[in-house]
Amino acid sequence: MSVELVGLALLMGAVTYPARALPLIVPGIDRLPPIALAYLRLVGPAVLGALAAVNTVVVVDDAGRGHIHVGVEWVSVALCVAIVAWRKNLFLGLIAAVGLAAAVRALNLG
Amino acid sequence: MTAPAVPTLREARRRLAVDMLGIMVSAGAFGFVFGLSAAERGHYSLVEAIAMSTILFAGAAQFAGVSLVASGTPWPAIVLLTGLLNIRHLLYSAALAPWFQSVPRVRRLVAAHLLTDEAFALSLAHFRRLGRMDLGGYFIAAIVSTFVPWNLATIAGFLGGQLIESPERYGIDVVFPAAMAGLAVGLVTGRREIVAAGAGIAIGVAVALAWDPRVAVVVGGLVGPLVGLAVPGPAGRATEPHLVPANTVPLGHATALADVTAEELGEGTPPGRRLIPPPVPFGDLPDVSDAEPEDRSS
Repeated sequence: MSVELVGLALLMGAVTYPARALPLIVPGIDRLPPIALAYLRLVGPAVLGALAAVNTVVVVDDAGRGHIHVGVEWVSVALCVAIVAWRKNLFLGLIAAVGLAAAVRALNLG
Repeated sequence: MTAPAVPTLREARRRLAVDMLGIMVSAGAFGFVFGLSAAERGHYSLVEAIAMSTILFAGAAQFAGVSLVASGTPWPAIVLLTGLLNIRHLLYSAALAPWFQSVPRVRRLVAAHLLTDEAFALSLAHFRRLGRMDLGGYFIAAIVSTFVPWNLATIAGFLGGQLIESPERYGIDVVFPAAMAGLAVGLVTGRREIVAAGAGIAIGVAVALAWDPRVAVVVGGLVGPLVGLAVPGPAGRATEPHLVPANTVPLGHATALADVTAEELGEGTPPGRRLIPPPVPFGDLPDVSDAEPEDRSS
């Protein structure tokens, strides 16, 4: 059983823990410049948006090259986005996305 | 108007337990999806998946890590993105710091590892209802509502996912991108976030097609915010009072600290400062303004 990624987990934890602990130990450490705070605030939407898009739109061939992929996944993800925006409930969005993809594939439509 | 009565510790913990139920379900559901993604997409071993959920214990970064590992992204880039994704924990920690002033340092260090969106929202609501610090309540909230369900569900998702043949047949392959997209929606509170997300999407896809899919997310995630910063911020809010977005998801995505600036979250923050945790994807977090209903806005 591989344990290689345990090292990665340790590194990822090592960069996460200070953010959780420092203000509890060293008051005032959170006072970053406003522009840095503004940038950091935008990282989440940008990273998650890129993750979603790349994993929906792009497929990678054996040579490691990316190609556009069109399928029911686009509609499923869009449906999830719409439901989350409307109902503020990711669980409902995921159920709808999975249900749509499963239904379309069961009917051999996509 | 009379001031609301301060509950006893027993009463406050009973309310905390009720609040925790929805959080436990959400952490369990999302942990299951993480375990499934780790097995199917990231090709983690069970030990590696458990290590992520216990050592890192941060949902967004864990999900991002699955995709990045699967695409062969170099570790330094993964670690960099993780740091950026999770640096907002500074704000949760800073908001709770005044309540922890009397807590021994070692216990504060332990408590810090368990600090997630859920722990933050539940414990802050609990402290405010109670009008004082309750370290036991914090650990109950953090461990029982989130840490335990998240880790057990990670194992269940990992093992359960391996029993499912052709997961794409059941649409399980769309869970990951749909979850990422839904989480991104939850982080959007204004034009800047929309532009940053749009730029991240466009840049990520373009880089994946034109250059290297392994670095596409990193480039999109780092450059997208720069594009977002080009958009003027909300009028009269040049200092970015909304440090983190108005929605939250299990294990470390974002929680609203409405109308609270970084300076206000510093050492001078008095217990009872207005902090408004938003709804989580699978249910609602408790209302932290119970103790001071007249103080809540937005």
